[in-house]
Amino acid sequence: MLSIDGVLLDFKRLDSLATGDSAIHRLDPRAKVLVTFVFIVTVVSFGKYELTAMVPFFIFPAVIIGLGNLPAGYIARKIALLCPFALVVAIFNPVFDREVLVQLGPLGITGGWISCASIVVRAALTVGAAIILLAVTGFPAICRALERLGMPAAFAVQLLFLYRYIFVLTEEGGRASRARALRSFGNKGLGMKTYGSLLGHLLLRTWLRAERIHMAMLARGFTGEFHTRHEFRFGRRELLFLLCWSTLFITLRLQNASQLLGSLVTGISR
Amino acid sequence: MHMADALLSPAVGVTMWAASAGAIAYCSAKVRSELDDRKAPLMGVLGAFLFAAQMINFTIPATGSSGHLGGGLLLAILLGPCAAFLTIASVLVVQALFFADGGLLALGCNIFNMGFFPAFITYPFVYKKILGSNPNQKRLTMATLIAAVVGLQLGPFSVVLETLFSGISALPFTTFALLMQPIHLAIGIVEGFVTVAVVSFVYKARPEIMHGAMEVRPIGNHPVRNVLLAFLAAAILTGGGVSWFASKDPDGLEWAIARVTGKEELQGPEHGLYGALAAIQEKSAFLPDYSFKKPVEPKNKGENPAIEKKKEAEGNLGTSIAGIVGTLMTLALAFFSGFLLKKRNKAA
Repeated sequence: MLSIDGVLLDFKRLDSLATGDSAIHRLDPRAKVLVTFVFIVTVVSFGKYELTAMVPFFIFPAVIIGLGNLPAGYIARKIALLCPFALVVAIFNPVFDREVLVQLGPLGITGGWISCASIVVRAALTVGAAIILLAVTGFPAICRALERLGMPAAFAVQLLFLYRYIFVLTEEGGRASRARALRSFGNKGLGMKTYGSLLGHLLLRTWLRAERIHMAMLARGFTGEFHTRHEFRFGRRELLFLLCWSTLFITLRLQNASQLLGSLVTGISR
Repeated sequence: MHMADALLSPAVGVTMWAASAGAIAYCSAKVRSELDDRKAPLMGVLGAFLFAAQMINFTIPATGSSGHLGGGLLLAILLGPCAAFLTIASVLVVQALFFADGGLLALGCNIFNMGFFPAFITYPFVYKKILGSNPNQKRLTMATLIAAVVGLQLGPFSVVLETLFSGISALPFTTFALLMQPIHLAIGIVEGFVTVAVVSFVYKARPEIMHGAMEVRPIGNHPVRNVLLAFLAAAILTGGGVSWFASKDPDGLEWAIARVTGKEELQGPEHGLYGALAAIQEKSAFLPDYSFKKPVEPKNKGENPAIEKKKEAEGNLGTSIAGIVGTLMTLALAFFSGFLLKKRNKAA
């Protein structure tokens, strides 16, 4: 299991990717949020036995990683780490679905294995899209984009508040947890009793902090909204970005590109 | 347990998104109208607290495994339903983006499963009812324990239903439910004890916080009913809308029927890229079958097994090979394009 500090470090690394400066980073966040939405919906709209038709969709993460200058290995690792969770549920499919759908010479592949693989590919694509959206946009920009797209202002304020204090409180929690670990031997001291009062203390400190923050914000004239200087412009580039990707996704949804390419190649080589 | 994008169909995902979005809109308006701007920083910081608390583990007695706080009920107790719902939802948004817990489409499901149930079902109807109008330590313990267990039975059951309606996983309903519910009974009991521990700590150390929280007027039936009605309306509207769109696209069953009866080949094979490529190839090496056959639903299987078998024998091997070759090449192409773009970026 990862330590809290490890998780926090990873969190900060992902967060810092959004500070990059590329053509993709500079696009209006709304365009990126909408394209990601279209991507995810088209991917999950495939039938449960679809596998080959989903593969061309890897073009989107690959191109954005390329254009956005993101660390490909790091993102691939992050996606790979999450695939086992998809596999936990997917692995039941081969057990319950034993009908042979594909015959490869002597090897019969059942529908269960295909839908299992399909779930893993789905997971990789959707998880990848979320991580990449975050890496090229950044959390505050996504919140503002969502607010512009109709999310209630109170929820946007909540998200931005949360984002500001996550780092502070996770560090505090990490320190408390480390202190507890240093004072316990084996499993003694890591039980529920200490845990309850540890969390209780953390909660009380959090509460007091919130009161201090509130007073500090009142002193600075907080009226329930965050004001940012960031300007939004949904221009021609954004429109082009949105239209091109959406058209591609819908085309790929309707035409199985892998199958086309494969039959073209195998047909010629025959 | 987080619901995952990979197990979700668009209809279910979008419906649950609409439900959660409706609840968020309602709660935002409610929190805004309370005009208690002390709550804004409190909600934000408590969300961050929840986030941190979920990372700290403890060992569960007698099992050797470890657990952590879920926290939905704790927030509902401290903040009241609307503020707690918004806080839980915000934590789930961050987790979906940074840790890809579940995914973005499944976010609607997750907010509903983990936010709606503790805040709007177990808090008002279980916790408040047991706590009564005259709270004391014993009642507080009972109310918290039972509410945690009930909440953690409803949430996972909702995951089971969402998975079932999506139809991506082949797990039968009963098996999945029998897997999920007992596990979450144990998790719920642990969650109950942890919440009791934290709540009674706060009760002893800063009783005024708990008094304040307990004096939040027990929400009457009115607002909760409003939320439920709004949710129902949103679900019916989007569910209807989405399924209308979905039904324009032939689903697996229709496709399978069309294939078996041979009435209809792929949609539009003769126009567009498909047709052009077919024309380029002189030999009839083009393999029009799909790589992986749609399964024939049991209903049709009985009717046309012979045709099904024949077709399978004829084209399956070739199609599969074409599919595999094509898939690998597409994958390579996709990654290569990313790689090229990156190279170019570096050079520039």
